[in-house]
Amino acid sequence: MADAFLANGKRPEPARQAWRWMRANLFGGVFSSIATLLAVYLIARAGWALADWAVIHAVWSAPDGRACIAASGGKGACWAFLGYWARFILFGRYPYAEQWRPLVVVVLFVALLLASCARRLLGWRIAVLWLAGIAINLVLMAGGVAGLEPVGTDRWSGLPLTLILAIVGLALAFPLAIVLALARRSSMPAVRALAVAYIELVRGVPLITVLFMASVMLPLFLPAGVTVNNLLRAQLGFVLFYAAYLAEVVRGGLQAIPKGQEEAADALGLGFGRKMALVILPQALKIAIPPLVNVLIAGFKDTTLVTIIGLFDLMSTAANAITDPRWRGFYPEAYAFVAVIYFAFCFFMSRYSQALERSLAGGRR
Amino acid sequence: MNGGDRPAMIELRHVHKWYGAYHALNDISLTVGRGERVVVCGPSGSGKSTMIRCINRLETHEAGEIVVDGNALTGDLKQVEAIRREVGMVFQHFNLFPHLTVLDNLTLAPIWVRRMRRKEAEELAMHFLERVHIPEQAAKYPGQLSGGQQQRVAIARALCMRPQVMLFDEPTSALDPEMIKEVLDVMVALAEEGMTMICVTHEMGFARTVADMMVFMDAGEIVERAPPAQFFAAPESDRTRIFLSRILGH
Amino acid sequence: MRAFSPGDPRLRAALAQIAVAASVVALAAYLVHNALVNLAREGITSGFGYLYHQASFAIGESLIAYTPADSYGRALLVGLCNTLFVASLGVVLATVLGTAIGIARLARNWLVRQAALVYVEALRNVPLLLQLIVWWDLLRVSAPPLRQAWQPLPDVFVSVRGIVFPVPVYAPVYRWMGLALVVALIAGWAMLRWGRQRRVSAAIAAALVAGLPLAVFVAGGAPLAWNRPVLHFFNFVGGASLSPEFAALLFGLTVYTAAFIAEIVRSGIEGVSRGQTEAALALGLNPAQTLRLVVLPQALRIIVPPMLNEYLALTKNSSLAIAIGYPELMSITNTTLNQTGQAVEAIALMMAIYLAISLVTSLSMNWFNRRVTRVGP
Repeated sequence: MADAFLANGKRPEPARQAWRWMRANLFGGVFSSIATLLAVYLIARAGWALADWAVIHAVWSAPDGRACIAASGGKGACWAFLGYWARFILFGRYPYAEQWRPLVVVVLFVALLLASCARRLLGWRIAVLWLAGIAINLVLMAGGVAGLEPVGTDRWSGLPLTLILAIVGLALAFPLAIVLALARRSSMPAVRALAVAYIELVRGVPLITVLFMASVMLPLFLPAGVTVNNLLRAQLGFVLFYAAYLAEVVRGGLQAIPKGQEEAADALGLGFGRKMALVILPQALKIAIPPLVNVLIAGFKDTTLVTIIGLFDLMSTAANAITDPRWRGFYPEAYAFVAVIYFAFCFFMSRYSQALERSLAGGRR
Repeated sequence: MNGGDRPAMIELRHVHKWYGAYHALNDISLTVGRGERVVVCGPSGSGKSTMIRCINRLETHEAGEIVVDGNALTGDLKQVEAIRREVGMVFQHFNLFPHLTVLDNLTLAPIWVRRMRRKEAEELAMHFLERVHIPEQAAKYPGQLSGGQQQRVAIARALCMRPQVMLFDEPTSALDPEMIKEVLDVMVALAEEGMTMICVTHEMGFARTVADMMVFMDAGEIVERAPPAQFFAAPESDRTRIFLSRILGH
Repeated sequence: MRAFSPGDPRLRAALAQIAVAASVVALAAYLVHNALVNLAREGITSGFGYLYHQASFAIGESLIAYTPADSYGRALLVGLCNTLFVASLGVVLATVLGTAIGIARLARNWLVRQAALVYVEALRNVPLLLQLIVWWDLLRVSAPPLRQAWQPLPDVFVSVRGIVFPVPVYAPVYRWMGLALVVALIAGWAMLRWGRQRRVSAAIAAALVAGLPLAVFVAGGAPLAWNRPVLHFFNFVGGASLSPEFAALLFGLTVYTAAFIAEIVRSGIEGVSRGQTEAALALGLNPAQTLRLVVLPQALRIIVPPMLNEYLALTKNSSLAIAIGYPELMSITNTTLNQTGQAVEAIALMMAIYLAISLVTSLSMNWFNRRVTRVGP
């Protein structure tokens, strides 16, 4: 395995090419051949076991849990469970008749994510699109206008809740992050000290403690009679936490800009505000997009923590489905469903961030 | 083909290499005799570097044969390592090991490959450092030396393995102009002692002084080969002429 | 001091800072005032006095002695010990596993490379909490019941109650062995630092570390009595045990963090420029020597800072144990604040502890960076 670094070219003869590739990459030496055989054996066994459970002995429809287990003989997956529960896992306690609304919310977010891949749109245009999208989605979820029946935030659950927490959280954290990053680079010691203290404090503690703080302690800090609903508390915790991480990302972007840019802007007579808005920040933010997407991925995964403080997100709905008396104990099916959803979002976003990083690095050599 | 009646040190016979569909080396045949000095020139992308990197298997050729001192170059790792012990290489970007001192850079291979004892290896290293005129830099790190000094250390490092052949891959292309001479002087001295060398370079003055044979490559092929006198005065091919006019123009 | 004139940028800066500081202080005062009022209304006392009160709750597993009659302060200490215990074990295991997978990502064998890639992508893109819960369910649901516990080794039992294994009964000579080990480590380090010949010093150091404690053991009469677990009606008695919660937390954290460490190791190795490898190979070094003598020393420089970050992340992630019931710092703080109602103090204390751990890690990273950039390149 240590001989990893030798070059390998390609040749135009296809048949010999395939054989030589296999010789080099699969059977390059004694260890390599053993590894290949072992891997093939393990993959075959695991693959067969998986196919056996997930397809061959699986039950695709059944009236309830016991019947499902009986039908598969206990050896197969019960996909009927998902047939019955998928809608609940996805949308949770949202009123059944109105569930087209969270569906539209999810579709809109996915569309926005896909649209962000179009390089041409990057810049202020995509930011406007996102803001509009978020506003529309919040209105859709909450209702109360345009003839939509109002739905309280305590009923928001499942995938739309996860998406809202992550996306709104980062959207609000972003301007705060820019302020923090600029404050950290400021020449005024008091301002810089405050920014550093905030960033280092928040980055030094786990997210769950910040969420706890927001959930448990926030009511204490507000005057009597003012209440904040649980979702808003969790969202605030998210925003405050991720502002610190995004601030470091923005700071990295700012540091990557050569000093000459700032000097040129100063020489032209642009004030601080214009210099930042027109010259420095646009460049810094462009550089910061790949790590920013990484923070978004982390944030998306971290939304699972709100389960612990009582919000009904995608993980809670799945856990709930498992404990239903008529459909007990279908852990693998439920968790597989949820895992696939998380994986799909995160994998897609991480591929995008890697591709973006490659194209940006290539351009700036 | 051959530089007189010297025994063949390196032979390339009908060597081909492709990068995907791109034909990087096209039917390359070359013989380099013991003690012969060959200079390879040509426009960028002509395959010069690829060719000499095939000789010590940093690139793999796909058709044809390469024979070094009687040993054929195949995929067998033991064979390749044996050949690499006898073939020294100097890179365009020096590639000194930044985490080791100059002395450690030189003694690394003799200790771990030739199994020399440390004391012996250090004496050998100091000997070659004196040959390249920088013995006082032994305890420094590569980052503390100038480009010309680093390249001379790189040459000394290759020489510490006592190779039969030295390959130079554009050794002065990454140097500032005022440092080129010090490196070329070392290479000339090496040539005068009879070291077999293949040198890819744009330095035509050096070529005229040192080369027994000039090889011109273009688009993956050897276009022309001739002793320098004939090569510079009366090149046979038009492509050679155009190249020479460009490179000797200023 | 120069006289200030209006429009002097220093004056503006000073005024701006005073304004910022004043607003922050005002906000803090407002919040604190509200908090005190609200707390007084609920009849909750303030201050850290509660740390001395009796905790009255049991803790499932602890490294130090604890009973419900002990104070909240001691309970918190138990939590902290558990956090550090699982974090240190996790860090070691994750590093070993992560490094192996990171190198596997660069292996010659295509299948090995792809397997490592699948591992990394699968684990990095699924939330840690989900993974922890899956591990926990796996260990609880799939483990055999108590009576049919699986016995991989003599006296080691795996069941739904966790893993029990025998431990040696404490004998006084063990304390001397511990001391001997410390002495041997110091002597070994001294030998390596100031010893003449590398190989001889290393051999002597290794012999000392292995041999000195052993010699003390033999000299003390070689007492080795085992405390073996024996199955009584409801549980095993004797020996030591690892709960399913601990095992789930440890495996989950290890496997998850290893995926991130693998990427750090891979990019560290790839970050060493190709020319270095080529130069080493051209000198005749074989691939293993190239990796060991040229690539890894340079890769380590790139790898260590983000690696330390991952260690910190692992420690912070251990707080997710609250979801699966392992009594570490976060869970115990939660229980404490539920019982005493003093949320502010409890959460502040917990955050302070995590901050302290963070600070230690940051300082280590700065020390490492300084040490590395002092030498050479």
